[in-house]
Amino acid sequence: MSAGNDCAVELKGVTFKRGERTIFDNVDIIIPRGKVTGIMGPSGCGKTTLLRLIAAQLKPSAGEVWVNGRNLPQLSRSELFDMRKQFGVLFQSGALFTDLDVFENVAFPLRVHTALPEEMIRDIVLMKLQAVGLRGAVELMPDELSGGMKRRVALARAIALDPQILMYDEPFVGQDPIAMGVLVRLIRLLNDALGITSIVVSHDLAETASIADYLYVVGDSQVLGHGTPDELMNSANPRIRQFMQGIPDGPVPFHFPAPDYREQLLGGDDA
Amino acid sequence: MRKRSLLEQIRLLGASGLTLVEALGRSTIFLMHALGGRSGTRNGFQLLLKQLFAVGVLSLPIIVVSGLFIGMVLALQGYNILVDYGSEQAVGQMVALTLLRELGPVVTGLLFAGRAGSALTAEIGNMKSTEQISSLEMIGVDPLKYIIAPRLWAGFISMPLLAAIFSVVGIWGGAMVAVDWLGVYDGSFWANMQNSVEFSEDVLNGVIKSVVFAFVVTWIAVFQGFDCEPTSEGISHATTRTVVYASLAVLGLDFILTALMFGDF
Repeated sequence: MSAGNDCAVELKGVTFKRGERTIFDNVDIIIPRGKVTGIMGPSGCGKTTLLRLIAAQLKPSAGEVWVNGRNLPQLSRSELFDMRKQFGVLFQSGALFTDLDVFENVAFPLRVHTALPEEMIRDIVLMKLQAVGLRGAVELMPDELSGGMKRRVALARAIALDPQILMYDEPFVGQDPIAMGVLVRLIRLLNDALGITSIVVSHDLAETASIADYLYVVGDSQVLGHGTPDELMNSANPRIRQFMQGIPDGPVPFHFPAPDYREQLLGGDDA
Repeated sequence: MRKRSLLEQIRLLGASGLTLVEALGRSTIFLMHALGGRSGTRNGFQLLLKQLFAVGVLSLPIIVVSGLFIGMVLALQGYNILVDYGSEQAVGQMVALTLLRELGPVVTGLLFAGRAGSALTAEIGNMKSTEQISSLEMIGVDPLKYIIAPRLWAGFISMPLLAAIFSVVGIWGGAMVAVDWLGVYDGSFWANMQNSVEFSEDVLNGVIKSVVFAFVVTWIAVFQGFDCEPTSEGISHATTRTVVYASLAVLGLDFILTALMFGDF
């Protein structure tokens, strides 16, 4: 890996196409080790796709994805599954296993990847649930949990094996202010307490900027800019400024491309 | 609607052919990954038992009830025809051969596609749409080994057994109608059956058919679930495709297998 030990993930010249559409075109991203890195951009710009490229759930059309010194697209299927034990991912929906209760959901990675005795699994699960504040919900089924609680249980499951890299896919979407505050605090706390590398993919500007050490803004199949939250807030790039300040019209137009408004209204039949 | 030129129709035909070949290739690789190599999970046997219950045991009521009624109808219809020739004693032979050679494996295959196949597709599709399959991948567990393989094996094991139960219950239903209700002498009913049914010719061929149908129906069901669009509409289309493709595959393969087993070439 070229960027040395300081970076946990490095994307080098990554291009990703879906059919004819280019989602990413020759993108370079470096995720520093031990920090919270935010990947931001407008909805539909491919942020979740980027996360799936880092997790090797998708293969890039071109380029390299280096994680902890290994180029993921070149790994075999079984090597990839071994490699993923170093990852934890918090999906947007939580993605809890609906046929297992909270305890079994968190215990799942421990049961499949370790030969720990039952008492130790119990203790680890309770500790992880304590970290997310849901030790009392240990016997509940996923359909008995609120959206915010599901994400916290999923977070406890994601950290069950003490991963080196924790990825969050839109963690703040659809959360009430209390749940949002809890998640923001947890992401920062877990990162610092466990010494892991966190990647937060989100379009929630204030929350992400408040916890991220470093930010990438993506859009138009490119990395538009990167830097600390303060640097990006004061960026001279109009595209980044529009996103960071939430201006409705600008380089990213308010209107989806359409024929001339006047002509279309007066044209009648052509509409 | 715009009229398509002949050239465009040929192009579309070619495109759909390519899509079909691509899907066949994808499903074959999917099957090889699911069944090949080491199991990858510690509790493989427990997972298999759970699926045997869901796929096999829960299909029992529909198989038993259908087998019973089909056996009863066969005996009733057979008796009405055979009695005109004074051969009503042969009704046992007719019921047994029809069930063991044809109706047992075929009707079980069709019912299995409707009951268990559609449930498998919907369950796996739902897991995909709620990101449970992605979640497994990210935990470092191969969903083809953890989700798909136990379901495939459960289908392969349970369907031939269900077909055997179907035939046994059908014969029992046939005996109930012919012997207990219509008054056929039970000695000739069972003796004719015993004399005419051959193990290798009839029973074994029926078992081979049910094994082939089990393989195809379960493969179609799990692949459709795994390959579906992860939306409500996608899952609904995949479930429909499972029932349609699996039923057609059972009927088509039945003809081919019957021609190979019983056709005098």
